[in-house]
Amino acid sequence: MTTTEAPVARELTYVAAVGEAFGQLMREDPNVFICGEDVSLYGSVFGVTRGLLAEFGPERVVDTPISESGIMGLGLGAAATGLRPIVDIMFMDFMTVCMDEIVNQIAKMKYMFGGKAVLPLTIHTMAGAGSSMAAQHSQSLEAWFCHVPGLKVVMPSGPYEAKGLLVAAVRDDNPVMVINTKTLLGMRAEVPEALYEIPLGKANVVRPGTNFTIVAIGRMVSESLKAAETLAADGLDVEVIDPRTLQPFDTETVVASVRKTHRALIAHEAVRFGGIGAEFAAQIQEEAFDHLDAPVGRVGAPFSPVPFSPVLEKEYMPNADRIVSEVRRILGKQA
Amino acid sequence: MEISRETLLDMHRRMVRIRTFEEEAGKLMESGKVPGALHLYVGEEAVAAGVMTHLRDQDQITSTHRGHGHLVAKGGDLKKMYAELYGRVTGYCKGKGGSMHICDLDLGMLGANGIVGAGPVIAIGAAFSNRYRKTDNVTVCFFGDGASNEGTFHEAANMAALYKLPVVFVCENNGFGEFTRQERHQAVHDIADRAAGYGMPGVIVDGMDAIAVHEAAGEAIARARRGLGPTLLECKTYRYFDHVGVRGMGVIYRDDSEVLEWRKRDPIELMESRLAEQGILSADEAAAIRAGFLAEVREAIAFAEASPFPAPEALMEDIYTTAAG
Ligand SMILES: Cc1ncc(C[n+]2csc(CCOP(=O)(O)OP(=O)(O)O)c2C)c(N)n1
Repeated sequence: MTTTEAPVARELTYVAAVGEAFGQLMREDPNVFICGEDVSLYGSVFGVTRGLLAEFGPERVVDTPISESGIMGLGLGAAATGLRPIVDIMFMDFMTVCMDEIVNQIAKMKYMFGGKAVLPLTIHTMAGAGSSMAAQHSQSLEAWFCHVPGLKVVMPSGPYEAKGLLVAAVRDDNPVMVINTKTLLGMRAEVPEALYEIPLGKANVVRPGTNFTIVAIGRMVSESLKAAETLAADGLDVEVIDPRTLQPFDTETVVASVRKTHRALIAHEAVRFGGIGAEFAAQIQEEAFDHLDAPVGRVGAPFSPVPFSPVLEKEYMPNADRIVSEVRRILGKQA
Repeated sequence: MEISRETLLDMHRRMVRIRTFEEEAGKLMESGKVPGALHLYVGEEAVAAGVMTHLRDQDQITSTHRGHGHLVAKGGDLKKMYAELYGRVTGYCKGKGGSMHICDLDLGMLGANGIVGAGPVIAIGAAFSNRYRKTDNVTVCFFGDGASNEGTFHEAANMAALYKLPVVFVCENNGFGEFTRQERHQAVHDIADRAAGYGMPGVIVDGMDAIAVHEAAGEAIARARRGLGPTLLECKTYRYFDHVGVRGMGVIYRDDSEVLEWRKRDPIELMESRLAEQGILSADEAAAIRAGFLAEVREAIAFAEASPFPAPEALMEDIYTTAAG
């Protein structure tokens, strides 16, 4: 929408890309404000809102009490009455505390009211394991929210996606949940300085390939790229697709890829059972059954809460190695 | 209330044991020896010590993310505690929980907690069970000023008062919820004021003074044991260190002078000087207590470091209760 003719791209960290997007969005639209725990004076525990208070003041960068229901409800009520709020829930695990507001209210208000309500609300949060934060600070719960009609869900895989998807989320007139991954926050990549949107619902072919499709989300995108390098040595030409938006899911791009490659695997960090990969796999086999040479594979975490001990957490975390062995296993199973 | 010499010394010892545990734990975190995040209790010891000296093993407590002090004061095994912080199989949670989930169910310590405001509702359940099982056990719920803004606290307070449950809500008001000062997260100054809204007594006490905490907690706990219902006890205290880790000075959300002001009323020094005045504890004896706990802590750390990590297969164990346990 507003990508400039010759966008100036510099290397930014994920954190800086998010921070820059927040600032630009607030400059663009006076109805955009951000609220959450320690987002204002402290600049967020992850540093993503640093500097916003100085520029926009406490009316637009709002520190809240530790009251997730209240924070989410504030965003909901404000969105329903003309503002464009960004609600920050520090860790995705705390989303459980405001589930009524998200699932029963925000997601359904438009429908229940016969289409009358408009909720341009962004829910911004951090997910993922990998730093010994244990069972209540490490979860990836994206599948829950993809299951609720009325919500859109995006999951950036790097700094470029973080900024572009956040911009699209905030400008969208629907509730959109932006799920960031904590272990990606230090990642650097080229990010255009101008405001740009990554369209919601459109997948990105990160690495084109001809004979295997990996659909990966969040941190698993970079892990899949590593896996693809390893598998190249086996003579496999892997295509890696990042859906970027999980809800709505870009079935078309993924299915087109599978029609070409005939094999597919889904990778996410969330628990495999009931993970979003199950839905993706179902869509692929519904739409491309005749093109498949092997069952669609899935890599995800084992069916366990996230453990604290680094030894166990390492055992828990899906990674490039697991993708490689699962791909090899699938190839061995070919009809 | 006349507090016996033994109880005074007991409180003092519990405070020193916590302080020693926490200071050493902080060093381990700073040096990268223990993974994850530690929320340390240094400065707030008088609350745990003053309350816990009334409790029996069968009395339960619910704790918070800042939970080490509660477990140490309830008689926790320092070896198992450090082993847990190190993620070793000999730890309280076999390395699965870490600092934020440290617990000892045999001691009635129902767990530190990663979710702010999780404790109050758990506490009313335990208190309900105490009465249901016809015991006179009491449940004490520790929670912060920040946690008093979660809906769960208000729901629990209402239910506890309604059902006259044997529970005591102990608010550790250290002036901050993470990096936000109390006056920026709630409009009341005294959290004890909230008790009136639920029909229970609200009491304010100097949380740096273990004796004052002990006296006030004694009344509240006795009341709960007699079946007269809950009390909200607010202890005004201070966290010396940062929200996470050991850094406490030079942070952006408070002035160093404020920290130094609170440190002048250090709960342990306060107790030491009182005990000295009363001829209960000499300077040498005080030093011996500190040295004794430092030795216990060092031994516990050595135990933790010598302990094995869990086997990778342990990842999939303890998820469900089975016939085997
Ligand atoms: C439901 C929930 N929201 C937010 C957090 C993040 N968090 C952890 S500790 C903390 C501050 C808690 O403040 P308080 O209850 O006063 O306890 P203190 O840290 O001062 O001991 C916050 C916001 C969390 N762990 N859980």
